[in-house]
Amino acid sequence: MVELVWLIPALPLAGFAILLLAGPRLGEPRAGWLATAASAGSFLLTLITFGGLLGLDSAAEGGAGGHGGRWFVSTLFEWMPIGGLEVDAALLVDPLSMTMALFVTGVGTLIHLYSVGYMGGDPKYSKFFLYLNLFLFSMLMLVLGENLVVTFLGWEGVGTCSYLLISFWHERPTAATAGKKAFVTNRIGDFGFMVATFLLWTSLGTVSYIGIAAVSGALATGTATAVSLLLLLAAAGKSAQLPLYVWLPDAMEGPTPVSAMVHAATMVTAGVYLLVRLNPVLTDDALLIIAIVGAATALFAALAAVAQHDIKKVLAYSTVSQLGYMFLAIGSGAYVAAIFHVVTHAFFKGLLFLGSGSVIHGLGDEQDMRRMGALRAVMPITAVTFIVGWLAIAGVPPLSGFWSKDEILLAAWEQPDLGPLLWAVGLVTALLTAYYMSRQTFLVFFGGQRWDDGTHPHESPATMTLPLVLLAGAAAIGGIMNLPLVKDWLVLEHFLEPVLAHPHHFSSGTGTKLLLALVAIVAALVGIAVAVRAWLQARISTDRLEPALLENVFYVDSTISNFVGGPGTKAFEAAATADRRFVDGAVNGVAKLVGVLGQAVAPLQSGYLRHYASGVAVGAIVLVVWLALRGVS
Amino acid sequence: MSAGALLAASGSGADFPILNALIFVPAVGALVVALLPRNRPDLARPVGALFAAIAGALALAMAWQFDTSAAAAQLANGDAAFQFGSEVSWIPALGISWKVGIDGISLWLVVLTSVIVPIVLAGVDPHHDPKPYTAWMLLLQAGSVGAFVALDLFLFFVMFEVVLVPMYLLIAGWGYEGRRYAATKFFIYTMAGSALLLVAIVATAVLGSPESGITFDLVTLAEGQRLATNAARLCFVAFAIAFLVKVPVVPLHTWLPDAHTEAPTAGSVVLAAVLLKLGTYGLLRFGLYLFPEASDWAAPVLVTVGVVGVIWGAITAAMQRDLKRLVAYSSVAHMGFIVLGIFAFTAEAIGGGVIQMVNHGISTGALFLLVGMLYERRRTRQIDELAGIQSAAPVYAGVFTLIMLSSVGVPGLNGFVGEFLILIGSFETRRWWTVIAATGVILAALYLLWAYQRVFHGPPAAADRQTADLRKGELATLAPFVIAAVALGVYPKPLLNATEPAADTLLEHLVEHSDFELPDPADPVIVDAGDGADSHDGDDH
Repeated sequence: MVELVWLIPALPLAGFAILLLAGPRLGEPRAGWLATAASAGSFLLTLITFGGLLGLDSAAEGGAGGHGGRWFVSTLFEWMPIGGLEVDAALLVDPLSMTMALFVTGVGTLIHLYSVGYMGGDPKYSKFFLYLNLFLFSMLMLVLGENLVVTFLGWEGVGTCSYLLISFWHERPTAATAGKKAFVTNRIGDFGFMVATFLLWTSLGTVSYIGIAAVSGALATGTATAVSLLLLLAAAGKSAQLPLYVWLPDAMEGPTPVSAMVHAATMVTAGVYLLVRLNPVLTDDALLIIAIVGAATALFAALAAVAQHDIKKVLAYSTVSQLGYMFLAIGSGAYVAAIFHVVTHAFFKGLLFLGSGSVIHGLGDEQDMRRMGALRAVMPITAVTFIVGWLAIAGVPPLSGFWSKDEILLAAWEQPDLGPLLWAVGLVTALLTAYYMSRQTFLVFFGGQRWDDGTHPHESPATMTLPLVLLAGAAAIGGIMNLPLVKDWLVLEHFLEPVLAHPHHFSSGTGTKLLLALVAIVAALVGIAVAVRAWLQARISTDRLEPALLENVFYVDSTISNFVGGPGTKAFEAAATADRRFVDGAVNGVAKLVGVLGQAVAPLQSGYLRHYASGVAVGAIVLVVWLALRGVS
Repeated sequence: MSAGALLAASGSGADFPILNALIFVPAVGALVVALLPRNRPDLARPVGALFAAIAGALALAMAWQFDTSAAAAQLANGDAAFQFGSEVSWIPALGISWKVGIDGISLWLVVLTSVIVPIVLAGVDPHHDPKPYTAWMLLLQAGSVGAFVALDLFLFFVMFEVVLVPMYLLIAGWGYEGRRYAATKFFIYTMAGSALLLVAIVATAVLGSPESGITFDLVTLAEGQRLATNAARLCFVAFAIAFLVKVPVVPLHTWLPDAHTEAPTAGSVVLAAVLLKLGTYGLLRFGLYLFPEASDWAAPVLVTVGVVGVIWGAITAAMQRDLKRLVAYSSVAHMGFIVLGIFAFTAEAIGGGVIQMVNHGISTGALFLLVGMLYERRRTRQIDELAGIQSAAPVYAGVFTLIMLSSVGVPGLNGFVGEFLILIGSFETRRWWTVIAATGVILAALYLLWAYQRVFHGPPAAADRQTADLRKGELATLAPFVIAAVALGVYPKPLLNATEPAADTLLEHLVEHSDFELPDPADPVIVDAGDGADSHDGDDH
């Protein structure tokens, strides 16, 4: 059934096309249901294709890791065949692409469903679902693409949809600015993607993943490191790593389902996917840099999340931080741990964002947590599911987040160069994560009521609570994908192994592993305990926990903005002025000069024959003299 | 080789002189329009559009019949072959003939020209004096097609000049406030280039003709390569300057923003879509093909000029306050990519350059149409006098968004294909130039999205709120551009298939007559799968 893979992206594309032509006529809620159906159909087809993949010969040659395993390529048509370049519109079915496609369509469908209710009453209802289906199509092209260029199609497609969706409420200047900022910042990463593609093609003569895996050994180490770092630049843009993270917190201007789907569960993990997909070319030097970037981002963003007041900003910085964990995992060589965390994060962060959306919806578009509190009584389903998400991200066993984070911390510990340091950074981040998520949960659902009596918070409709419940279930038990307790239970590990050129094996003994897990649990509990003291029992002064430095996120964003708006704009303006004054000025100057010269020589044309005759005579003499001199020499 | 054999080899379509028809149908149309009764000015545009559309249909039919096999691009002796050729002796004493023919490079420019003129004739209202306006537009079409199909240097020069006059008159007669200044500047600037071009053409024919007698025949001159190295380089420089003015490249570009901004909408569309291509096409046909050694010699300068155009055009575009001027400067950036592609000397980059010529015609042409439609409604193009248009005119904003994304180079749309092929092809031979040019993709997003935000987003003022959305006729005018942008983005293969043999032939010609060596296809080291993985293990892990 793997041949059906083309239908997976085709369905949301068809949904997009129908909504483009007939969206407003379908209206609310039919447009929403159509888009949801397209997404659900896509999920079903992914399941079928997944079944087909499992039925393939597990010992086929080649594959994206170069060592064989199950894989299948569906070539639709030749896209850009010219010269030595062969770029096919082709899809790759292998364990990695299927893992990604499964959670993208699964979580995506739930968020489509949620949006049917959430976007109710919006004048651009059908357009929202049009963008959402186009996004899903692009995301699927990204993960299913068989070569770098098809992935780039998806990569730019999700970026474009992200732009359109962030600035969905375009009359709000902040939303418009945030959309533009996201696109332009992402383009910096895209530059890395393109140059990496060029470099791989000129060095290896192929852009296909299967081809690259087969011949990646031919890459000189220096070239491979260059490619790796360019890919890191690409990934840092899309996955909001330092220093390109600045667009993601602003992206919260978009409708909340967008934040859940695009800016938490799916698109922002594309960078992680890209690095794992091209794992055969990543060199040790590059991996170390990836690990450092990841660890630094994780800690940096967690510190920022501690002091935010906007319910979605906390989650946004949390997402940046969790993405940092995934980069840390990749840098430590633990690709499976990275993908494991991508999936569990999609569950619990998608859940948390949708939960926050439910709260915002219930409170009539209130996003400031200082005006929330005590909502667990009025919004019981939202509260309970949010609590599941909170515990999962905080790393409380046996919820899913614990397992994936534990694996990353272990991998960091075993990193050969900076192991214990990377692990320590990860551990502090885990503590902070537990703290800020507890703070958020307490501020929103516990404590005293801080909203006006005029506000009447209410539980959201079933289309919104059903996705919450399902995601809560997944966030709770998602860990069973890859339980380290018994070797045979490492399902994801075994499934993904064929796509890895160098499968990672933990070397620590059971004792070390248990000790590290225990320390991580203690860290999580400490984080939660501090939050309880500070926010539930008010025994710690909360002001001191939120210094302005953290609230303003180390003034990174404002510094960049000031630079771009100040010297940056001035430099551009200077260029435009130079173009006008000097380049064009020179042209007009020449024109003027010609005019002046014309005036000056005009008297020569006197109209008197004797003047012309004498001119001819002088000229003839000069000519004769010149010829004579030439003849002499 | 004799011209007769050349044309016989071109095969299909030799019976009906379709290329001459593509020149003469609009030319006759111009005459007919000029002779229409004075009291029926309303007839001018429909009649003119009909003639233009007949030529457009013929051009599409020709593209359908075009032979895309590699054999069709090259004769047995290695000479470049041209299809649909015909030749009539014109001034025998000087070896000048009316010789036309196309290959995979000129084919698409002919199609683009022949299709775009009828669309803008039908879709854009000149507001006054439709009769001369239509006649000049048709003459513009005839001249441009003539320039793209001419295989005789003198004929090319005539056509190159024929184009100037109608464009000058269109700008001066139907343009906006600063039209006189802009039209004069356009005319003088390009005339200066033309003067050089004429001298170079005569010199090339005199110095490069075989002993049997003087000729202006392009193929004979190009395949003969009889010019001494220095003479060829001098002639090339003259040709190149004439074409670089037309492209235009920085710093020879300042006529363009003025001409574009002051020209009437249809004039801007044709100027961008067709006239600028005379420059890049000229660089390929009368630069690279005629002077391979000199092209190789000058390539470092020319790719630098291209890259400077990409960056400078983008930066200056960002700071424009007039939306139309912004689009004009974006042209400078886009055309810079093409110059880079041509002189990178790889099949991918040259093919990408040809695609980019077509794509730029589609994207920038559509942008000028859109800006024109906005001006019709608001009587302003100043970015800061507009806001929130998307709220008032969502369909207009949607079309603008799509075309903007195509111009930014988002994959799935046409702009990406050209840019990507140029960059990946140039990376083989001009690595660092390409890396710098690739930053142009960041800048393109910056200037277009910033402008879009200021014009379309934000809260609309009262005047903005009353901006009418697209009418059916306007949508119909834009539809071909939108369809082409998507179709060429998804399935550019037909264009590439037709272009590739011509690009290959051109490169072989270059290798044969210069020191340039193609990057070895065997250069990328392909190692057996098992060995590869193992050696990587040993090296890095």
